[in-house]
Amino acid sequence: MTQTQIPKPGTAAAVRPARRPIRLTSRRGFVIFGGALLPLAILLVWQLSITLGVVSVSQLPSPAMVFLAAIDLYERGQLTLYVAISTQRVLIGFAIGASLGVAAGALVGLSRGANVLLSPTLGAIRAVPSLAWVPLLLLWLGFGEQSKITLVAIGAFFPVYTTVSLALRHVDQHLVEAGRAFGLGGIRLFTAVQLPAVIPSVISGLRLALAQAWLFLVAAELLGASMGLGFLLSESGGNGRIDRIILAIVLLAVIGKITDAVVGIFEKWANKKWA
Amino acid sequence: MSTVSTSIAPAAAPARTSAPADNTSFSVDFSDIGRSFTAKPERGAARGSTVAPRPVLRDVSLTVQPGEVLAILGTSGCGKSTLLRIAGGLDEPSTGSIRIDGSPLNGIDARCAVGFQEPRLLPWRTIADNVALGLPRRIGRAEGKSRVAALLELVGLTSFADHRPRAVSGGMAQRASLARALARNPGVLLLDEPFGALDALTRLKMQDLLLDVHAAAPTTILLVTHDVDEALQLADRIILLGADDDADDMAGGRTGATIVQELVVPGGRPRDRGSAELAELRGRLLAGLGIDRHGQARGVAATHTIPHFPY
Ligand SMILES: Nc1ncnc2c1ncn2[C@@H]1O[C@H](COP(=O)(O)OP(=O)(O)OP(=O)(O)O)[C@@H](O)[C@H]1O
Ligand SMILES: [Mg+2]
Repeated sequence: MTQTQIPKPGTAAAVRPARRPIRLTSRRGFVIFGGALLPLAILLVWQLSITLGVVSVSQLPSPAMVFLAAIDLYERGQLTLYVAISTQRVLIGFAIGASLGVAAGALVGLSRGANVLLSPTLGAIRAVPSLAWVPLLLLWLGFGEQSKITLVAIGAFFPVYTTVSLALRHVDQHLVEAGRAFGLGGIRLFTAVQLPAVIPSVISGLRLALAQAWLFLVAAELLGASMGLGFLLSESGGNGRIDRIILAIVLLAVIGKITDAVVGIFEKWANKKWA
Repeated sequence: MSTVSTSIAPAAAPARTSAPADNTSFSVDFSDIGRSFTAKPERGAARGSTVAPRPVLRDVSLTVQPGEVLAILGTSGCGKSTLLRIAGGLDEPSTGSIRIDGSPLNGIDARCAVGFQEPRLLPWRTIADNVALGLPRRIGRAEGKSRVAALLELVGLTSFADHRPRAVSGGMAQRASLARALARNPGVLLLDEPFGALDALTRLKMQDLLLDVHAAAPTTILLVTHDVDEALQLADRIILLGADDDADDMAGGRTGATIVQELVVPGGRPRDRGSAELAELRGRLLAGLGIDRHGQARGVAATHTIPHFPY
């Protein structure tokens, strides 16, 4: 009798933590399903509006036509090429812009002199719209990769620069003083106290920068390119291929979301580690 | 009534304390220290109107002997932390100068270690790594590790070595902060209310621990506290910061605070917490802090000369 009773409390205790109700909105399956709900609904409305004849196919091609356009481009070898070249431009430009952004942000955030000297100029440059750079970069750097990568780098630079310089100015001065009191200074103080303190903001800056890099990429490719998703947009605009335009938009949305999700995972990990 | 505690303690507590016996301690010399803060002019104040600097400390002259434990008492806001920060090179006096071991203090000094009033632990480091921040620069990796482990053992945080500061209690964080200061093995230890966040029992334990550490390696300790009993229990000498009698508020709002009482605590440590002699001194200090002592003094004279170290 007692033997049958003894395991009971044990199992109950072992089961209880697992049984603790997880909120529905934080269950993984629900999150994925919930996130996919709206795109599926849009797809459905899109298809319905065509089958019911609300819009004409010449105005809005059906999902199947867009899919066929993708297959067609893929068979010509253009789809993979365009996606690859666009992604490559974004990644290289992002890497360059983000590194410069961290460096400039650190300089302006840590040194009052650099702040006085640099921040008005950088603030003014930031105010220039992305498209304004395109003609200038094309004339200076030509039609090749450099002009696009430079524009993407400009786009990635500013979110990182802004978040890093602001975050460094708001590092808890008590902690900085404690670091100094224990003999840290200069680069050692930076790596031991200031950098770890701003890492969460650096990463959210990187995330913003990546999104902005895609925006600037399309600007660069729209106006002067022979490959890439932006070029696909401008070319299809010229010859009226609405199916390809929609395809390009969908691809930009999907790839942008994927790269953002990768940084998001990194952000979660880093926040756990540093915050 | 000098005891032999300093000579026997290294043998009695070598396993518990990690500070090596070759610890050197330094004298601290304040001469005519004054400090005033200039408040920022208020918005809307007439342009060009100058805001007079507000004096916080004035005329603080004091010599702390090597190995002495000095307690600094005073009401809240009277400038205790300010004085300690000046001693640590974290703040500069407006007037006067300070010397450590005879040489003028110039900025942050490697010979001093500070235990701040707040724990100030780096939130992204574990407790052990935070304590390791206090280690002297030249120390080796393995030696540093064993020293950190010994200090964590000392303050009773061994099982929390891998926790983040936000996962430990306020009192634990403060003990970690104390361990970090001790890790320096400093010649001058500056402690700003190191036991303020501890419960009464842990506080008594930590006081004894500090005495053990000091006995094993008699460093100079400047201890800021608002607890009269703690000062009497730990210190060789107590100074009371406050305004002079002619100023009208306790914290010295107008003229700045200075040393209004200085007394040598008789007897070697550890002291009987309930002795009549200490009770008399307690009454006097409380009176100096503006507290009614509720009773008559029993007339035990406290010496005003500083006995030679070791006491
Ligand atoms: N950086 C500063 N700027 C302006 N005023 C300051 C500054 N630091 C301290 N003060 C002023 O100096 C006075 C003394 O401050 P301090 O921190 O030394 O007090 P304290 O004696 O340590 O008080 P407590 O026991 O509450 O910690 C306070 O009135 C405070 O307003
Ligand atoms: Mg204080």
